[in-house]
Amino acid sequence: MKDTLLQIKAEAAESLSDANVDIEAVRIKYLGKKGALTAVLRGMGQISAEERPIIGQLANEIRQYIESAIAEKQEELRYAKLLEKLNKERIDVTVPGAEIPVGRRHPLSIIQRKLEQIFIGMGFEIAEGPEVEYGYYNFEALNIPENHPARDTQDTFYINDKILLRSQTSPVQVRVMEKQRPPIRIISPGRVYRSDAVDATHSPLFHQLEGLVVDKNISFADLKGMLELFAKNMFGGNTKIRFRPHYFPFTEPSAEVDVSCFNCDGKGCRLCKGEGYIEILGAGMVHPNVLRTCNIDPDVYSGFAFGLGIERVVMFKYNIDDMRLLYENDVRFLSQF
Amino acid sequence: MKLSLNWLQDYINIDDISIKDYCDRMTNTGSKVEGYECRGDNINNVVVGKITTLQKHPNADKLTICSVDVGTEAPVQIITGAGNVFAGAYVPVALNGAKLPTGQTIKAGKLRGELSFGMLCSISELGLDTHDMPFADEDGILILDDSHAPGTDIRDALMLRDTTVEFEITSNRPDCLSVIGLARETSASFNRPFNIPKPKPTVLNDGDRIENYLSVQIDAPDLCPRYAARVVKNVRIKPSPLWMRMRLRAAGVRPINNIVDITNYVMLEYGQPMHAFDYACLDGSSIIVRNAKEGENFRSLDDVDHKLTSDMLVIADKNKAVALAGIMGGANSEITDSTKTVVFESANFLGASVRVTAKKQGMRTESSSRFEKGLDPENVLPALERACELVNLLDAGDVLPGIADIYPGKRDARVLPFEVEKINRLLATDLSTDYMAKVLTSLGFTVARDTVTVPSWRGDVEGMADLAEEIARIYGYNNIESAHFRANITQGKLTPKQAYEQSMHDLLCGMGLDEICTFSFISPKFYDRIRIPEEDAARRSITLLNPLGEDTSIMRTTALPSMLDTLARNNNHSNPRAALYEIATVYIPQGEDELPHERKTIVIGFYQNGDFYTLKGMCENIITKSRIGKCQYSAYTENPAFHPGKCAIITSPCGKEIGILGEIHPLVAQNYDFDLPVYAAVLDFELLYSLIGPEPQYTPLAKYPASARDFSFVCDETLEVGAIERVIRSAGVKLLEDVRLFDIYRGEQVAEGKKSVAFRISLRSPERTLTDEEADKATAKILAALQRELNINIRS
Repeated sequence: MKDTLLQIKAEAAESLSDANVDIEAVRIKYLGKKGALTAVLRGMGQISAEERPIIGQLANEIRQYIESAIAEKQEELRYAKLLEKLNKERIDVTVPGAEIPVGRRHPLSIIQRKLEQIFIGMGFEIAEGPEVEYGYYNFEALNIPENHPARDTQDTFYINDKILLRSQTSPVQVRVMEKQRPPIRIISPGRVYRSDAVDATHSPLFHQLEGLVVDKNISFADLKGMLELFAKNMFGGNTKIRFRPHYFPFTEPSAEVDVSCFNCDGKGCRLCKGEGYIEILGAGMVHPNVLRTCNIDPDVYSGFAFGLGIERVVMFKYNIDDMRLLYENDVRFLSQF
Repeated sequence: MKLSLNWLQDYINIDDISIKDYCDRMTNTGSKVEGYECRGDNINNVVVGKITTLQKHPNADKLTICSVDVGTEAPVQIITGAGNVFAGAYVPVALNGAKLPTGQTIKAGKLRGELSFGMLCSISELGLDTHDMPFADEDGILILDDSHAPGTDIRDALMLRDTTVEFEITSNRPDCLSVIGLARETSASFNRPFNIPKPKPTVLNDGDRIENYLSVQIDAPDLCPRYAARVVKNVRIKPSPLWMRMRLRAAGVRPINNIVDITNYVMLEYGQPMHAFDYACLDGSSIIVRNAKEGENFRSLDDVDHKLTSDMLVIADKNKAVALAGIMGGANSEITDSTKTVVFESANFLGASVRVTAKKQGMRTESSSRFEKGLDPENVLPALERACELVNLLDAGDVLPGIADIYPGKRDARVLPFEVEKINRLLATDLSTDYMAKVLTSLGFTVARDTVTVPSWRGDVEGMADLAEEIARIYGYNNIESAHFRANITQGKLTPKQAYEQSMHDLLCGMGLDEICTFSFISPKFYDRIRIPEEDAARRSITLLNPLGEDTSIMRTTALPSMLDTLARNNNHSNPRAALYEIATVYIPQGEDELPHERKTIVIGFYQNGDFYTLKGMCENIITKSRIGKCQYSAYTENPAFHPGKCAIITSPCGKEIGILGEIHPLVAQNYDFDLPVYAAVLDFELLYSLIGPEPQYTPLAKYPASARDFSFVCDETLEVGAIERVIRSAGVKLLEDVRLFDIYRGEQVAEGKKSVAFRISLRSPERTLTDEEADKATAKILAALQRELNINIRS
């Protein structure tokens, strides 16, 4: 009897292993009313009372075995069928994707935004001022009197005797200091104008970002520290900066600041023309005359200011060799950023 | 400023410093080096040779075979085609393998069958011209004097071995536009001594004096703080010696003759511009420094005629102007080959005056660009004495005793407090008093216990901060340790308006528009192109006094033409599609001497990116994002830039005009070479910002389903769907949640001049699921209103 049961199990397993098996037929053959297993169970009465529970248990086990084998097989076949259907639905994934129009910020905006975010993170606010500006704010208040030779380096567009197109973002410094008492920590990005004919590296309109910090006990070392922090944020953690003495009428001491080339890490490459450093900022301690003009006592307060040309950063960062591309706004150019 | 290091070495020894170290250190102490050039590096293996014998080339009439002593045991044979060679002549010889400035490499070879071991050189082959070598035959071989032995390197014989360093000198340091100024900087930078010998010219001792020739008078002391002159007689005009010519050349100045060269040499060496007049051309034995007469005529040395104004300063004799002070001499008193007596001028003029005059007359010179930065009046005499010393040295004439020196502008030296502690605090350094004193002294300052006296040539040093810079730059900016200041915490943030602007950028980019950046100044023609009427107020613009050109001559009052210009450029570049935006500033003029209002506008423009309704959808998104509420779009036919049938203005719920949108008028599109429709919108950013609604407040999500009802009807083509929607919304149905147009149909089954319009309304109660009866009742109310107010019936 036991052997018959084991035989049934083996046969059922055998038939289910056939890929093209008729599952319903298998079920009827073994588990149906007239099926093989049912027949065995019917014959239980003929076996001894000791054997009966053993055989009964075995028969049950075998029934469960066959039932689950059938279920498994059914699942398997269903999946094979689905797979076959999915395979028929196969598409060509190399066909290009649908064109979803994506708008891009202008590269000047991207960099300006990045600069702003860095300085906001360091506690700066963004100050704005007029582009059509009084000569007083652009020059006199910044310690650049009439006929000062420094005016030559910034050929200025005039509207009339008193009004001009600002040649730098520095007038915003003065406007802020007139209104606000220290502590002051602002940046001021924006358009500036100089009478330079358009070529690959010049434009009569370009963008600057100016920064100003005024408080008690602000030192030259603080200026260095702040710009180091900025440079690392902007150009990467390994960035080094280098200060060279320079002259700006509204700062004293004044410096030009070079940043180690982010392309070659200061080793010298094509981008930095082998120098390893790129001149990027002008900076210095706010000139006492400027503080005084804004009614801030230079014996109590000191401060520093810095400025950079946004175009210059953009051109280095994206390796753009012609400034005109920035104002031509060809979509083939714009879509690269 | 180009500095010859040979010249510099007259004052300070830097032989042991490499050129790279020199340049780096000078840059780091504030004299920025732009580059350097080793003159003579482009000449190699060219030596002095002495022609011993000459013979005719057997196979060529025009060639000569020379036997040349080049310092080696045996002479070399060289063939030349030049006619000016002779036996005994000293000549430059390019030997086999020589390199010349022209780029030529000389190789030994045969010329018509005869061996030639090199080449005899002309001046141009050595990179020189007749200004450098006034005695040379331009077309022949350069004949040298016999002062150098055969075999001497030609670079030594002609003083071609020199390094010139080019400095960028900032406008506050005109004293560094001189060899002596840079020697002083070198001395301080490298902490080594330098020495300026006091020039002492030898004067003639024949009883003649300057007073017999000249009187000097300053009529405009405010413009001329000092004027000094000396007279030199028995002038012998000739070329200046080789060393002087080569130094001038190195500095980029062309040698002319001994007297003119002396004035230039002193200017470069002392930083004091000089001038020399031909005494014979001065009427009345006098020099008068005076304002020009209004309309006075003056012909400058370069033969250009000028009309002067009374604010300009001239140097004049009794009758006429002979120089435009500090800028250029006059043609009427120029040094010529026949000049016999010379007046040397060394003077100080007010920088601002020189600057204005030079600018007005369009004649910026080496002299004016120095004066305008403000020169040291104390430098006037040393420069004059140096010039006369050079006259002695060059044997150019006889210096008369006596100096005419009028000095109305003499000032006391500036004395500043020596505030060591304050300087250390500003720099965050801990430098000793001794160190600071040493640095300042090396730069020419006189340091006492509590005071610092500023040298006369440092007009730029006015206070503690300036002294701090002097000390810091010599100490080294890069040696000051960086710090992070401890200060009150400040809140870094965007103003609400700045934040709104960023959110607009995000939205506009999100709608697939690329941001552009256009110039704020435009051509007045831009207004023509968008058909702004002749007398329209929009044409009144801020105008530049000195624009680069018409294209950038006025500040725009609208950014629409900038957008159209950009779209046109893209179209011309065959870009198939462009969809752009700019948050652009426009400049609206106010009263005279008032600043314009600078207003931001949002400009959107595109072609091949959809139609009017695409553009309208974008505008609607902007309005929604700004939480302004339901705005009205009304047809607008009055703006000549837009298609009168496809243009709308947007009005805010409070009745303010937010902007305009539409298809660009075909005539305008044509002005930009478009033959396809172009769409643009201009929205007032400032107004949008002022209308922003409150922060959104959460409304609970509906718990009960909405009932939708669709209905369509036929109406006149001219009836705007906006009007229909307004009637639906104002029909007084409280349950109405949303109204949505979902179809407009024209064509078959709809009569000519009519359209079929289909709406879906959505009804919802927050308290329960609506029954069909309730929904039907509400719909009926709406339909009744449509019938009543617009006389339209639901489509059967």
